[in-house]
Amino acid sequence: MEILVCAKRVPDTSENEIELDRAGTGIESDELVYSINEPDNYAVEEALQLVDRAGGSVTVATVGSEDDEEILRREMAMGAHNAVLLSDEAFEGSDGRGTAAVLKAFVGKGKYDLILTGVQADDGAAQVGGMLAAMLDYPFAALVNSIEVLDGGKLKIAREIEGGNREVSEIDLPCVLSIQTGINEPRYVGMRGIRQVASREIPTYDSSDLGIDPDTVGEAAAKVKRLDYFIPALGKGAEMLEGSPEEIAGKLVELLKVKGGLN
Amino acid sequence: MLDAIQSPAQATYWFIQGRILFSILALIGTACFIYIAAKRLAPLMKGQRDPRFDRPFLRLGRLLQYWFLQWRHPRFIGAGILHILIFAGFITLVIRTGSLMTLGIAGASAEPAVPSLLSRIYSTFADYAGTVVFFCMVVAVVRRLVFKPARYAVPARYGKARTADAVFLLALIAILMGADALFDGARAAAQFQLVQPVESLAIFSLPWMVKNALIFTPVPILQNLHLGAYLTHQLAFFFLLCYRPFGIQFHVETSFFSIYFAKLDRGTVKPVRWGVSDDRLDQVKSFGVKNFEDFTWKHILDFYSCADCGRCSDQCPANAVGRPLSPRFISVKGRDYAFRHYPVLGQSHNGQPLVGNVYSEEEIWSCTTCGACEAECPLFIEQIDKIVDLRRGLVDDGKVPQSLQKPLKALESRGNPYGKMEKKRADWVKDKDFQQACTVRILNGKPGADTLYFVDSITSYDDRIQSIGRATAKILTRIGTNFGILGAAEKDSGHEVRRFGEEMLFMALRDHNSDAIKASGVQRIVTNDPHAYNALKHDYKDMPPVEHISQTIAREVKSGGIAFEPLPDDGSVYTYHDPCYLGRHNGIYDDPREVLDAIPGLKRVEMPRSRDRSFCCGSGGLALFYEPKEEQRMGVVRVRMAAEAGANVIVTACPFCMVNIEDAIKVAGMEGRMTAIDITELVDRQVCVERAVSPLASC
Repeated sequence: MEILVCAKRVPDTSENEIELDRAGTGIESDELVYSINEPDNYAVEEALQLVDRAGGSVTVATVGSEDDEEILRREMAMGAHNAVLLSDEAFEGSDGRGTAAVLKAFVGKGKYDLILTGVQADDGAAQVGGMLAAMLDYPFAALVNSIEVLDGGKLKIAREIEGGNREVSEIDLPCVLSIQTGINEPRYVGMRGIRQVASREIPTYDSSDLGIDPDTVGEAAAKVKRLDYFIPALGKGAEMLEGSPEEIAGKLVELLKVKGGLN
Repeated sequence: MLDAIQSPAQATYWFIQGRILFSILALIGTACFIYIAAKRLAPLMKGQRDPRFDRPFLRLGRLLQYWFLQWRHPRFIGAGILHILIFAGFITLVIRTGSLMTLGIAGASAEPAVPSLLSRIYSTFADYAGTVVFFCMVVAVVRRLVFKPARYAVPARYGKARTADAVFLLALIAILMGADALFDGARAAAQFQLVQPVESLAIFSLPWMVKNALIFTPVPILQNLHLGAYLTHQLAFFFLLCYRPFGIQFHVETSFFSIYFAKLDRGTVKPVRWGVSDDRLDQVKSFGVKNFEDFTWKHILDFYSCADCGRCSDQCPANAVGRPLSPRFISVKGRDYAFRHYPVLGQSHNGQPLVGNVYSEEEIWSCTTCGACEAECPLFIEQIDKIVDLRRGLVDDGKVPQSLQKPLKALESRGNPYGKMEKKRADWVKDKDFQQACTVRILNGKPGADTLYFVDSITSYDDRIQSIGRATAKILTRIGTNFGILGAAEKDSGHEVRRFGEEMLFMALRDHNSDAIKASGVQRIVTNDPHAYNALKHDYKDMPPVEHISQTIAREVKSGGIAFEPLPDDGSVYTYHDPCYLGRHNGIYDDPREVLDAIPGLKRVEMPRSRDRSFCCGSGGLALFYEPKEEQRMGVVRVRMAAEAGANVIVTACPFCMVNIEDAIKVAGMEGRMTAIDITELVDRQVCVERAVSPLASC
């Protein structure tokens, strides 16, 4: 099975203190550290496990710039067979539709049975997977947290729905799935793994390679534009529960029931 | 009636002359042993390189102390004394065994007609040695069957109890001793009846008792007993010789080598591959131990040497709190696999990856590397290096627990496990009250101070632990140290990164810090963190001298540079908790205690588990992020130990101990009854404001 995983490099929320930039429409990026978007990492791990079971290869693609090679290398160190960087000045500032259009052009250059994306990017809006599927006219399933390969070009997939229930579906290949964290336990990639793939070539495709009209993507063609970006004001302090451990536990259960955390 | 008693060499056993029978027996027995020993040696040859041939005089000295003098045995007093007696008996009986062997082959002519004085003295010793060993076997069997010390029990997950094996072995040795006594005793009784010169037997020894018991037995029966005892002795001897390489009894042979080749440098971790320099590590195809042959030959020898005495697991904190780790079974399972994988008969089987088949991932991650097992083992079996090597193998295969992946990633990108910004590393000095008392120079990789205070991640970033950093800085200021910190140029020391198997990340951190330290031009390093201390001292190369702050304080106390205000008599009873990486791994036990005892009015008690038997608090660094399967926390066990010792204040000298112990006080519900304080915080609180001028000065 040939699998394409679409991945994105994002500021790592657990290792950054997010501050707004001067314009207020973005974040200060000077001292940020980046990593692969977490759900995308789960998608790559899932692709690798599928290939282990069913054969085939895994390709990871990202739309971005040279800086984004770092996540491609990390995913290659994990075991991805190929990685490609889709990079062109014309792609900068694309909205979700623009990014999906670039990816669609890349998919058209190969033959993929399965396309995986993370459920959403830390800094994104969970658009690209669905739009990509629509543009390719492929079936799409979101929030997938289990995949099983069936005979006859089908997959059995599941997702968690409200209240902790599970919904199981069958989907025809080729298809696009957006992957939820928790579907697996991604393997660790150490410095050694990254060094071992340091010299591997990562092909870059620009708009002409992909046959994209530069005017249809990028900032100018974006139909969704960000207006504002703000960090919400701190709310009131947390409520401290007091009393003996038994009393505290009792109050906590009450609160959870009232607020809907327990059914 | 016989006129003299026949010796085994002259006698005829089932139509075969004794001399021939025993020659053949000795030949077959020895050949079998050589074959089996060679088979056991084969896996060692396939093991990895491990240079243990250096420092021969030091090694011989340790052999004398720990093998010949059995130094570590009395740590478990009952079993220890028993073992020393048996060992002394065996050593004494070596000559006796040789002369018995000769007797069966060469006959009585091998012995001089009149025994020399030396041989009479020796023979007395040998009589008692055999007797002592015999009765030790009886006691050991009774211990195994009646008293059943808890540390011999085998939990169900590790297989069946090995009591039957142990009793069988003890019985064999008892038979050996008994046969020897019967051989001598029967002959002496016969000589008495035949009015010949009676071989003198040591009074109250086993052969002496046998002689007296048989004194009126008819001579032909005595003759048969004499010959039968010899045959039994020789059969038991050669059976035992060839049976030893099949189990724990092999340590009789291998312990000598295990102790001679024991690790000499404590606090260190073995390199990924001996003989492969850091810059050539990239060429190493696979890291760590994945298959059995990835162990070094010495580590395979360790598996053979383990006597299954259970002392390591008795001391192991992970085992005590119900984690899925028992160091004893790291060795036992390793040996069982080695024997299965390299059988004495037939070809070796295809190997399996160790983790997943022999060991579990959780087992390997459960170790805190506290070193309690290694401090206890009479045979110097190494556990930490094996665990670290197994972890390196897991890291190489990407099998790292999810809970550890984030901190490792943060260490890679930010140089600390919390993912905090580098520029905030020195924010702990910005506390207003503190800044009035003390200014800390931030070197940031530039010269400007004699002494570097290496802060490390937890003291830099943890809100609670920053107070230890400030206390340390105030103490350094008070004693007039010209010191600075690296600030944003400092990264995590990487101590736990290395011990959790991520060697390449450790090397990156080490190289970064080494460069920053060298660039700052300092002449010495002080740290409050025993883990950083151990890393700088043993894992880094070419560093200026490193000191733990408790050593600095102790020196100042002795020279009179620091004196203390008396403590109020408020019923506080202090106890000192030895951090593993200060105590066991570096032998610093007395300095912190001397500092505490220099504080007037401080009442201090010792916990039974102290010094090299200290009980790990739960460990630090990455271990704080790991979520082990356990029944209770190590810290809680430790806090209860302190309470049982009658203390209500636990003093420690390690930031991780502080985190674990303070958490444990809350978990144990002992808030208000127990507190924890770092030695630097206590010193900073009690130190005389006026600087003392003479050693006798007080406040």
